[in-house]
Amino acid sequence: MNEQDIIYVDNNATTAIAPEVFAAMEPFLTTWYGNPSSPHPFGSRCAKVMVQSRKAVAELIGAEPEEIIFTSCGTESDNAAIMSALETQKGRRKIVTCAVEHPAVLSTCHFLQKQGIHVDFLSVDHQGRINLDEARAVIDDDTALVTVMWANNEIGNLYPVEELAAIAHEHGALFHTDAVQAVGKIPINLRQSQIDFLSLSGHKLHAPKGVGVLYRRRFTPFLPYLIGGHQEHGQRAGTENVASIAALGKAAELAMEHLRDEQSTVKALRDRLEQGLLASCMDPVVNGDPEHRLPNTSSICFKYIEGEAILLRMYQAAHICASSGSACTSGSLEPSHVLRAMGLDYQSLHGSIRFSFSRYNTQDEVDTIIRVVPPIISALRDLSPFGRK
Amino acid sequence: MWDYTEKVMDYFLHPRNIGEIADAEGIGEVGNIVCGDAMKLYVKLADDKKTIADVKFQTFGCASAIASSSALTEMLKGKTLADAAKLTNQDIADFLGELPEEKMHCSVMGMEAFQAALIDMHKKHPDWNVPVVIEEEGENRIVCQCFSVTEARIREAIKTNHLTTVEQVTHYTKAGGGCGGCKPDIQEILDDINGNKKKSSDDSAAARPPSQLTNLQKIALIQSTFDDIIRPGLKADGGDAQLIDIDGNNVMVKLAGRCASCPSAIQTLKHWVEAKLREKVSGALNVVEVK
Repeated sequence: MNEQDIIYVDNNATTAIAPEVFAAMEPFLTTWYGNPSSPHPFGSRCAKVMVQSRKAVAELIGAEPEEIIFTSCGTESDNAAIMSALETQKGRRKIVTCAVEHPAVLSTCHFLQKQGIHVDFLSVDHQGRINLDEARAVIDDDTALVTVMWANNEIGNLYPVEELAAIAHEHGALFHTDAVQAVGKIPINLRQSQIDFLSLSGHKLHAPKGVGVLYRRRFTPFLPYLIGGHQEHGQRAGTENVASIAALGKAAELAMEHLRDEQSTVKALRDRLEQGLLASCMDPVVNGDPEHRLPNTSSICFKYIEGEAILLRMYQAAHICASSGSACTSGSLEPSHVLRAMGLDYQSLHGSIRFSFSRYNTQDEVDTIIRVVPPIISALRDLSPFGRK
Repeated sequence: MWDYTEKVMDYFLHPRNIGEIADAEGIGEVGNIVCGDAMKLYVKLADDKKTIADVKFQTFGCASAIASSSALTEMLKGKTLADAAKLTNQDIADFLGELPEEKMHCSVMGMEAFQAALIDMHKKHPDWNVPVVIEEEGENRIVCQCFSVTEARIREAIKTNHLTTVEQVTHYTKAGGGCGGCKPDIQEILDDINGNKKKSSDDSAAARPPSQLTNLQKIALIQSTFDDIIRPGLKADGGDAQLIDIDGNNVMVKLAGRCASCPSAIQTLKHWVEAKLREKVSGALNVVEVK
């Protein structure tokens, strides 16, 4: 199998490193291996590229460069924001989050629950939407932090983060959003926002794995999560991952250039796929909120069959790489917590497939998927004891 | 993703013996759509009523469930009922080369479908001497509520596959793989079969609720357990519940959200809500569903 044979529509899992990004990082893995903290010019070369990257990332999310803290990944950024909020909001013992968060937030909250922190999980409706009235009812003066994702990784729903930030601030609580799936796909301008913390991850926008960012609004109280050296103005210790930070800077520049494509070409690919599959497959159901959704994501449930079986047959037929929220693909015995929290019916729950596009996908690829998938769905339906006429 | 053998992939991509047999003498159905895998097996005998002439299957599940089902049908064909009854889930795994341990429950499902088909055959034709395993009294109690796994199935899997840990039991039967509330029960069954002495009861005593509560304290504790543990737990699964009233030891609860329409709602109430309240407040409490 050659890499050009792959039809990669799993871009919410990770993305290809853009060639320009690889070119930007390579010199810092070979020639310029210095430590940015060193006083000699060899180290300063590395410090300089970090300044550029910080500026590019800040521009992508409408922030100031000094509000950008480089981290190792989205999960670290999420953890740092949550732990810091509990430390700095002394006396407040409550976190408000949402049932469909990524495990980076959800498992951290479960861990804190065991430490005696009260956590409220906002529920979602059948389309995965939260209810702001529920948020108003549970966010109170004991709340240290409200943390709700900007966009959901599985179904692509966009959440009303600005409204939530405003409600949090009415009660003196801080607001954090895991925007790992949103950054680079929708316009973000934090200058006109009340958001205190935002997490993003390099490998979701064509930079390599192992680099992320925590945005911290200026003057928002913060205590570092990693303690040690003075790096990142004492906000995140540890020698900087210079090559990956250089890569993230380039990736942010490219994302800025291509931001409009997300709403036009990438969205057109997603919509073409959905229309094609809805017209030709047995009993498909599109998951999520059609009104407020990422342009690149489509989550579809095929009734009465199981996701891993669909995925493996798609790969076998045309090297299609997608993902599923079924139990068998997750390594657990329960299907996706997102789809369960939405109260999906049992016939659909195990047969979810997520297609997530990037600007590197083509219409030819979409047409191949539309051609290959319907016969797989009917073959698996023939095998299933359920949903028979 | 899992590392499946070529034979698993072959039987998954090109399954043999799919379908139904209209005049099958035995039909076995196991699993259900809620749990994520299910199988229906049709067994047709030759004229001697001792040899398996044809087998067909329908399976809802992942690649290894489909491969295990299809492999089983190939293994059963042409065998006498007596020989076929000696097969174990390990034989299915061996036939396929190997299954990832986390997927062994797929092979167990296959054998259970065959046993169910034998029981069906026995019920229809008691005079045929069908080799069926009769479950011992009391072993049909459900241990794992999430996946509806009985004690008998857990015991069978432990004995057949020489299992020693709770994790292994989960891989082979799925029991304990949902909320995890039945893990201590599984450990007890393991200890019983493998001859380990029970742990001293001191460990569990610490977790017991305070024994002497005034009525007011009891009501307050029920309310807080309900708000802090039970409702968040149900909400995580898209459900919810309302505490309607407390009358002596009877706690009236109304299920809402997804729980209200869940087919296993009564199990949720009895085995999870009631168990939590008994653990945190008082062992004498009963949960009563209010519609």
